Amino acid sequence: MAILHTVNKSPFEKSSLETCLRIAVEGSSVLLIEDGVYGAMDGTSLNGKLSEASNRLQFYVLGPDLEARGLSEKNVMNCIEVVGYDDFVDLVVKHDATHACL
Amino acid sequence: MEELPEEYTGGVIKKFMYVNRRAPHGTIYAQESLEVVLVGAAFDQDVSIVFIDDGVYQIRKDQDTSAIGTKNFSKTFRALEMYDVEKLYVEKESMQARGLTENDLNVPVEVKTSEEIGRLMEEQDVILSF
Repeated sequence: MAILHTVNKSPFEKSSLETCLRIAVEGSSVLLIEDGVYGAMDGTSLNGKLSEASNRLQFYVLGPDLEARGLSEKNVMNCIEVVGYDDFVDLVVKHDATHACL
Repeated sequence: MEELPEEYTGGVIKKFMYVNRRAPHGTIYAQESLEVVLVGAAFDQDVSIVFIDDGVYQIRKDQDTSAIGTKNFSKTFRALEMYDVEKLYVEKESMQARGLTENDLNVPVEVKTSEEIGRLMEEQDVILSF
């Protein structure tokens, strides 16, 4: 059983990502969407925590939400994969359940 | 007449987890969550409720909303047992971070670690977040 956790809040404003990392167990996936994409940026104070978590969790970030905010794959941490809407659908289907960490 | 699929006739019971992460009276989320919990229970689904982050404040005891003129729905949590909703879980880390213990809560709960909550989540068919 694997859960897809989606996070749609900036980690600098809300604790959603932090909570998500706390409850996500090994083998789960985390998809950063909407304002959650700021959490995927390289060079932030969260990088250490995220790269450590990437040993047990798979991280994704939604490309269209990056672009909308003037960001691109270049700005994203290496351990996070940029995906599109079609991949988002595949991820939902591939996992047993989705937890929207609002 | 065409027969309805099984999910419409009450034959299917799914595991529904309601994840509450917000404090009770500043926004409508907590109260809405409780409404949806009751809907799930009315359809005889396998319901569990989790309180994480500020969600733990929802079941803090001695809430009195009379002076702010809103519904004190914290009492409803105590009635959930009548709807066969008996699986209430609180994340230990959230409770500790807020200096709360089980004695501060108005309803019997099971205290679980983050990881235990994560494992419970893996058993669910549907996870609803509020």
